[in-house]
Amino acid sequence: MILTFIEHDRGKLNESSLEALTLARRLADDMASRLEVALIGAEARALAEPLAAYGAVRAHLVEHAWLDDYAPDAWAASLAQLMAATSPDVVVAAGSERGNEVMARLAARLDLPLASNCTEVATGQPFRVTRVRWGGSLLEEAHLKGSPALLTVAEHALAAESISKPPEIDVRPFVPTLTEEDMRVRVVRRVEPEREGVSLTDARVVVAGGRGVGSAEGFAALEELAGLLGGAVAASRVATNNGWRPHADQVGQTGARVAPDLYIACGISGAIQHWVGCKAAKHILAINTDPEAPMVTKADYAIIGDLHEVLPAIIQKLKS
Amino acid sequence: MNILVCIKRVPETGARINLTDDGRAIDTRYLGFTVSPHEECAVEEAVRLIEKQGGQATALTLGPDEAEEQLRAAMSIGVDNAILLATDGREWDPVATAQALVDAIRDREAEQGPFDLILFGNESADAGGYQVGVRVAHALGRPCITGVKQLSIEDGRVEARREAGGGWEVYETSLPAVITVKEGINLPRYPSLPGRLRAKKKPITRLEPTWFDGGLEMIRMKTPVEEESQVTILGHGPEAADKAVALFKELGVLS
Ligand SMILES: Cc1cc2nc3c(=O)[nH]c(=O)nc-3n(C[C@H](O)[C@H](O)[C@H](O)COP(=O)(O)OP(=O)(O)OC[C@H]3O[C@@H](n4cnc5c(N)ncnc54)[C@H](O)[C@@H]3O)c2cc1C
Repeated sequence: MILTFIEHDRGKLNESSLEALTLARRLADDMASRLEVALIGAEARALAEPLAAYGAVRAHLVEHAWLDDYAPDAWAASLAQLMAATSPDVVVAAGSERGNEVMARLAARLDLPLASNCTEVATGQPFRVTRVRWGGSLLEEAHLKGSPALLTVAEHALAAESISKPPEIDVRPFVPTLTEEDMRVRVVRRVEPEREGVSLTDARVVVAGGRGVGSAEGFAALEELAGLLGGAVAASRVATNNGWRPHADQVGQTGARVAPDLYIACGISGAIQHWVGCKAAKHILAINTDPEAPMVTKADYAIIGDLHEVLPAIIQKLKS
Repeated sequence: MNILVCIKRVPETGARINLTDDGRAIDTRYLGFTVSPHEECAVEEAVRLIEKQGGQATALTLGPDEAEEQLRAAMSIGVDNAILLATDGREWDPVATAQALVDAIRDREAEQGPFDLILFGNESADAGGYQVGVRVAHALGRPCITGVKQLSIEDGRVEARREAGGGWEVYETSLPAVITVKEGINLPRYPSLPGRLRAKKKPITRLEPTWFDGGLEMIRMKTPVEEESQVTILGHGPEAADKAVALFKELGVLS
């Protein structure tokens, strides 16, 4: 049996779980195995039945008074107990922040290896996985030897795919035994986001600046262009490291991943660690003095020139 | 406070990654080395904590002998001690890495008392397994909060915040604890010249743990196939503004 951990936040499904479930279903087909899902917390109840559309024949609803909000050790303890009761051959989760975290804690408890952020999995002894390195700049083929096999699926590595003839799904409760120790780490409260302007990850246009912008003040032109296009401003690590922009604006391996319709990269060279954060954009326009810069050669469109001259000219055109 | 910070030496790759012929390593002949930005911030956080609250900080790494460079970089901004778990350059998987770190931590704690706080980066820059810190915490029986971008510690109480959907999730626990941090928690300082000179003279404890197969074995690496794009040069300098605006229209991004 293949068990997929379906992730949610206070009842809201994380869509990456459906990608993980899709990979799990293909694996179940290859292994002629059953596909089951685990959901944690009473608020996940409404999410269970629709998972039949992705091939799940059984949903385990893990319910306990302490499972209302995120508590990674308690979630891992619950999964460990569910595994003891159901003996899966493989356990799959999304390669999201929580998916990776819960699976790491589960792997630590069970003293099993974990292959995180896989893009492909082939069954066998051992399992052969392809997984992401360097935030997506590199792939690794690896052998995963533990049993049961634990893995997470890199986000956006494949598209979620429903099946034409959904099975009957049987939803059953599972009540774990949790200890105080499982509750040492949990969300005790939240600070809600302060909404101002378009958020970086939702923006249709992102205007990003790097070393070439030269200063915090230099970002005024990028702000203005973003304003005119209803977009958001982003930055390279050089810009955040120099204190020109807050880290929340950073795009790349250790920053945000964005996928706007248009990404305008101003004075950014295109190092792979930056590129992995913006490559999902539909279109990229690079503005750079160096025609050989990787950002320019990898972009769809480029303007060769000094951004301090090019941006004001574009802004003026847009205003007139 | 007695703080340990765990770091990993990685090549400073630029615009593309070149692999060795057998695909089992990155060709580092022309590359410098660094640690992940997350770990730079972990080191900075450790130094800030001891500057404010007293105590000492130790940096720990598992890596080749050359990883001494990363330990000295940590010492140059204020870390007091360093431990190198020397490998022969072989790939250590997360299970084996965590075990080696745990053994070293237990030995050091037996001699010098427990670490109040153990810091990690949330994930390494290269392998990105998202699990070594969690495994170490589990083995030591300590609470672990991951992905932390704001940390405050007072009288043994820890408040850690993690970014979620533009807002924050707040976690609380008590020391001793393990925290994995993300870039953005602070802005790391640059080492001063006297700092660098001092770091050069400090001793480094060198141990040689034994490699074992932790169950995830890297076979080979490859670069992902990316769609080749043909760049269209819209023009040079401010004269290209017309073309840019026409492009915005064509892409339907003019509001
Ligand atoms: C593990 C790791 C993780 C990292 N994570 C990230 C990350 O998340 N995000 C990130 O961005 N980086 C990250 N980096 C850093 C990354 O490798 C690069 O150092 C960084 O992206 C370079 O920023 P930049 O392009 O702004 O600067 P540079 O590489 O210095 O490029 C500046 C560019 O601006 C151009 N330019 C200069 N002046 C002008 C002008 N007046 N007009 C137009 N163009 C001009 C230059 O031709 C050049 O192409 C990471 C590095 C490592 C090792």
